[in-house]
Amino acid sequence: MIQPTHSSRRILLPARGWFVWASLFLAYFLNLIPFGRIPGVPDWVALVLTFWCIHQPLRIGMGSAFFLGVLMDIADGSIMGQHALAYVPLAFAAGGLSRRILWFPLLLQALHVLPMLFVAQLIMVVARLMGGAEFPGLLYFLSSFVAAALWHPLTYLLLLPQYRPVERDDNRPI
Amino acid sequence: MSAVGHSPPPFFKRGPAPLAQLTFFLCLSLLLLVADLRFHTLEWARIAVATVVWPAQRLAGMPAVAAGDASDFFSSLATLQAENGELRRRQLATANQLLRQDHLEQENMRLRALLDMKARQPAEGRIAEILYAARDPFSRRVVIDKGLQAGIATGQAVIDDVGVLGQVTRVFPLTAEVTLLTDKEQAIPVQVQRNGLRAVLNGAGAGMMELRFLAANADVRSGDILVTSGLDGIYLAGLPVAKVSHIDRDNSYAFAHIFCEPLAGVERWGQVLVLGSREAMPPPPEEPVEQKEKPGKGKRVKRTHKTP
Repeated sequence: MIQPTHSSRRILLPARGWFVWASLFLAYFLNLIPFGRIPGVPDWVALVLTFWCIHQPLRIGMGSAFFLGVLMDIADGSIMGQHALAYVPLAFAAGGLSRRILWFPLLLQALHVLPMLFVAQLIMVVARLMGGAEFPGLLYFLSSFVAAALWHPLTYLLLLPQYRPVERDDNRPI
Repeated sequence: MSAVGHSPPPFFKRGPAPLAQLTFFLCLSLLLLVADLRFHTLEWARIAVATVVWPAQRLAGMPAVAAGDASDFFSSLATLQAENGELRRRQLATANQLLRQDHLEQENMRLRALLDMKARQPAEGRIAEILYAARDPFSRRVVIDKGLQAGIATGQAVIDDVGVLGQVTRVFPLTAEVTLLTDKEQAIPVQVQRNGLRAVLNGAGAGMMELRFLAANADVRSGDILVTSGLDGIYLAGLPVAKVSHIDRDNSYAFAHIFCEPLAGVERWGQVLVLGSREAMPPPPEEPVEQKEKPGKGKRVKRTHKTP
């Protein structure tokens, strides 16, 4: 998309492919940090993936979500396919709703993102409970709320390379 | 029409429909899920990719290592400040040593206890250190710093200076994953030390374990020590495992609910001992059972043929 939100008057530079993938792999790297059982650590990959699915739906989609999900399964030591199963619907919802979500201001965007991340976590819990694992406790879901709260700063951070200096030109239509 | 230096987005060529993509990738991940959960066929792929990811994983673990080794951090800070004055550097260095003395003493005691335990066991063992708890919140696993290269194999028992910790369930070239006894899918055959009653101890999650399928009137009291019975051919007999914490004898159920606490520092970090594999036990005699069943089946088939 050319604008940070559709209602914005600011025009962005086009997103660079290498930056998109670098941010996704940085998120993956952040997910590798062993926090143990501290609740509320956000799933960075899910968050950044949702961001790019909303802002670059033509570039990042369900294929990338599946790939990142399998990578996460390997790093996490969880069952293969668990994260992929959660990330693919997440990318589907984010890509499908991207044209709607981008009309809203950032705080309302976060309210759209929260149920997506929550459902992704719910899918993982259901998949694992069916596999016979133990319930990790309700605090496990805290991480999607923390991730939604980070949506506002994350938007500024990830769109930073696309901003360009404000230039006033009264003769230009936009 | 490349106004800003990039091509316009395609209007019609957008690949398969989103719903088709969703169905395809969901089916693919479900396939992976079933293949891993039921048939355990994807371990080779996991080992291959985990080895590639390992440097990144180690790099990501560095903050945790740095946080755990705070005294080392302060000592390096002290050496940086050495330029400020010889006297001040020396003072800091001695303070650091004093601070670390307690920690080193404790570590020494633990290592001595491990060595003592190793001397008592006939099997050889390998000392390893717990690196971190695995990120997966659905299971109880830790990662140790010895892997295939150190001769660790799946199925080996892991103990610490107090008792059994768990079992190696997945081996990578440089690390290994240990499933703790409190994991819900982990079971260990035990016997009550007081009277030799044999049972199977299962993980119950949340740092607890449960002694399952014992009759409501079984002779188990709270405070009993459970030791490995060695019947499985994995754990050596007589290793302390758990202590019975409370018993719930409800007559409406056939079995008593017996909850136990692990003796070893299952949720703690530190050095552990990975015991060598035990030699395989002789297979249980199955031949006579099969021979008895075969004629039985034949008779039943004959009868069904006669009745109509």
